[in-house]
Amino acid sequence: MTFSVQAAVAARGFDVSLSLLPGETVAIMGPNGAGKSTLLNIVAGLLHPDSGEGELDGKTLFSLESGRGQWTAPHRRGTALLAQEPLLFPHLSVLENVAFGPRSAGVPRRDARKSALRWLAEVEATELQSRRPAQLSGGQAQRVAVARALATDPGLLLLDEPMAALDIHAAPLLRRLLKRVLAGRRAIIITHDVLDALMLADRVMILEDGRIAEQGPTREILQSPRSRFAAGLAGLNLVSGTLAGHGLLAGDLEIYGQHDELPGQLPAGQPGVAVFPPSAVSVFLTAAHGSPRNSFAVTVTDLEPYGDRIRVRAGDGGRLSADVTPEAAADLGLVPGLQVYFVVKAAAVTIYPA
Amino acid sequence: MAQARSSGYGGVPRWIYVIAAAGGLFVLLPLAAMVAEVNWPQFIPLVTSESSLTALGLSLRTSAASTALCLVLGVPLALVLARGRFPGQGLLRSFVLLPLVLPPVVGGIALLYTFGRQGLLGRTLEVAGVQIAFSTTAVVLAQTFVALPFLVVSLEGALRTAGNRYEAVAATLGARPTTVLRRVTIPLVLPGLASGAVLSFARSLGEFGATLTFAGSLQGVTRTLPLEIYLQRETDADAAVALSLVLVAVAAAVVALAYRRPRSGDSTSAGRESPTAAHASGGGVT
Amino acid sequence: MSDFRGRRRLVAVMVAASLAGALSACGPAAPAGNAPAGNAPAGTAAAGNPAGTGQLSGTVTVFAAASLKGTFTQLAREFEAKNPGTKVTLSFAGSSDLATQITQGAPADVFASADTKNMAKLADAGLLDGTATNFATNVLEIAVPPSNPASIASFDDLAKPGVKVVVCASQVPCGAAADAVERAAGVALSPVSEESSVTDVLGKVTSGEADAGLVYVTDVKSAGGKAKGIPFDEASKAVNTYPIATVRSSRNKDLARAFIAMVAGAEGRNTLSAAGFGTP
Repeated sequence: MTFSVQAAVAARGFDVSLSLLPGETVAIMGPNGAGKSTLLNIVAGLLHPDSGEGELDGKTLFSLESGRGQWTAPHRRGTALLAQEPLLFPHLSVLENVAFGPRSAGVPRRDARKSALRWLAEVEATELQSRRPAQLSGGQAQRVAVARALATDPGLLLLDEPMAALDIHAAPLLRRLLKRVLAGRRAIIITHDVLDALMLADRVMILEDGRIAEQGPTREILQSPRSRFAAGLAGLNLVSGTLAGHGLLAGDLEIYGQHDELPGQLPAGQPGVAVFPPSAVSVFLTAAHGSPRNSFAVTVTDLEPYGDRIRVRAGDGGRLSADVTPEAAADLGLVPGLQVYFVVKAAAVTIYPA
Repeated sequence: MAQARSSGYGGVPRWIYVIAAAGGLFVLLPLAAMVAEVNWPQFIPLVTSESSLTALGLSLRTSAASTALCLVLGVPLALVLARGRFPGQGLLRSFVLLPLVLPPVVGGIALLYTFGRQGLLGRTLEVAGVQIAFSTTAVVLAQTFVALPFLVVSLEGALRTAGNRYEAVAATLGARPTTVLRRVTIPLVLPGLASGAVLSFARSLGEFGATLTFAGSLQGVTRTLPLEIYLQRETDADAAVALSLVLVAVAAAVVALAYRRPRSGDSTSAGRESPTAAHASGGGVT
Repeated sequence: MSDFRGRRRLVAVMVAASLAGALSACGPAAPAGNAPAGNAPAGTAAAGNPAGTGQLSGTVTVFAAASLKGTFTQLAREFEAKNPGTKVTLSFAGSSDLATQITQGAPADVFASADTKNMAKLADAGLLDGTATNFATNVLEIAVPPSNPASIASFDDLAKPGVKVVVCASQVPCGAAADAVERAAGVALSPVSEESSVTDVLGKVTSGEADAGLVYVTDVKSAGGKAKGIPFDEASKAVNTYPIATVRSSRNKDLARAFIAMVAGAEGRNTLSAAGFGTP
């Protein structure tokens, strides 16, 4: 009972492969346009890749070579797709919506309704059964959509940012519901929220530009990110470069830090990353001297409120961040375009192989 | 009438109303003139004469039949034009719209060349014992020919607007393409389908040129109401006007029935709306 | 009508006549045609003769029944040739349509009808100048496709089972004539269609849709080789008389009367009989 997929779409620069064990949930994250929805649509059968193979529970989903080959239609794949918008059928009642999957499979009307009621109870939406979708709130509709997808008893559940359109009150409710129903179920969930990845998924896969940037258990990724996106998720600064001696060479910079993961001399020449939290960064207007500190000359790109601090973004595309107090920002006269120095102690930097 | 409307900004400048009024008058005045010409004392006898009733009955029957035929042929056409992808799609659309610009008489001649005794298909049909010319079938064919584009255009527009997101969802839920069509696509465009059918029916009711050229004119068989009016005006102008009023009234009734004001933004046509429970949570729509 | 004010009125009449001609050309029934000169600019035709009183000039608008199209077009040309400086504008349609238009004020100088009934409508409404003159007659003939697929030889053959015969509806002149010959022959026809214009009847025959049709002698003649005519005795029992008259609201009564004189005179009779019309 396995699931595996490998697909490439030349036009989008997409090339991803993924496999899931029974009961495993994988969270897919990445910047916009990275190819997350593309992957889901390919698995669901709504998009033709140029080449690749997909297989679910022994059934071939597709097997293509330069656009030709075997292709199973979406309604025969045993997958169920839940999108950002609930897309409940507006002309059917909630109960009829949930019963849609079983009835399409040939289940007699009465049995389908019973099954639908069971799933509505599972998502705590029984009292909504005779309402029309137009009469539901966003959170209620999304819950019904979950019931509808589960009623088909899919071998693989596909969720495309299910919480994205919900407000801050409805999202946690749905998250708790999903945690309950996804337990023991094979699922792929696309999300922008690191909380979803932590709560719902066993593994995280980061997609960037149509390729897998990194993947692994969620906590590990967040503790030791190796891609810029993951670092952003974890709220860390990340600089990538080449390992050398006791530090990292990134362009013409040398960064020093802790490398407990690889004690002793670092293997020179290997790609590596250095991460450090914004709270450990100090901002100066002039270059600092002495003591084992790292100092980067950068140009301020942005200032944004961050809790009770100001997050100063600087560098190429705002890659690096420093958290300063509002008073410090005012004293320094920080404005976008100002040349400043980001200084961080070596003790606060962690270096490890990429 | 002095209360201000509570709805928001309308966005229509005042002078548009003036021109719109002129447009409305342009259509209404000839109707009013006709109504003024009606010989009211003689009205009932004129419209209930044998030939009038026969013509009206024939018109209603043939228009209903041709609307049904338009549905059978037009729905697949509209689906293919809106959702399909194949070479020559644009060309097909142009051809389907052809009867809209073709003078109906020309349409009738074309049908004659196809189904007439010497026609493309008519020759074979004649051998098989099927004679179409001068029959009620010919009337239905003529009406379908001119009314089909109305249904196709109306429905294709509705299908394009609706998009195919719901169909994709239905497929992922395990519904076969035929099931998707039956349970999702058609129900969602029912309003567009209904308005297209109404337009087709109205057009069929008023069809004249193609019927005259292709089907002929015989009481009870092929003489629909427009043909009856055309004939009556030779000798009895009063009868012609009276019957015209009947035709206008029937068409107006059909259109009014189909274009009732939509209820509270609900896009379904057959739904009974459940009472909105006074639920504290929800109640609103995203 | 040769002074400047008359010329302006002529312009008005011509414009109105062109419009009337165009309007009657939109009639759904018999193909109505405007004589090509209908839209000629005002100046040329209204040249006229400033000094002469005996000379005819100006434009005469003739509303004529559709069955007169061929003959009247020819006569109009001859009239214009004989009377340089004159213009004949022709408008062909069903007689009852034309009568309705004249009643509603269409500017016609001459009205030539295919039956006395429609002329009487105008006479009763006091719209004629003087009385009408009968200038031609027409009788029915059986028209069949050249191959005569149903082997029609006489009027009785029309009632044979399986024969597709087309006639005019009773409400139009040729239909009234058809009813009369049916009665006279004692034969009841079961036509497959009763058309509103004799042109449509002929059309069904020439296209091969119908096995036979009852049309005028003149129609068969004008169809040339596309239809064969079979005369029958009973036709003489239903003779259609064609009257012609000057319309009272005409602005050019002299010209109108001159045209009528030509139509009713020797020249007209020649042209008409060549086309198959009889003399009244």
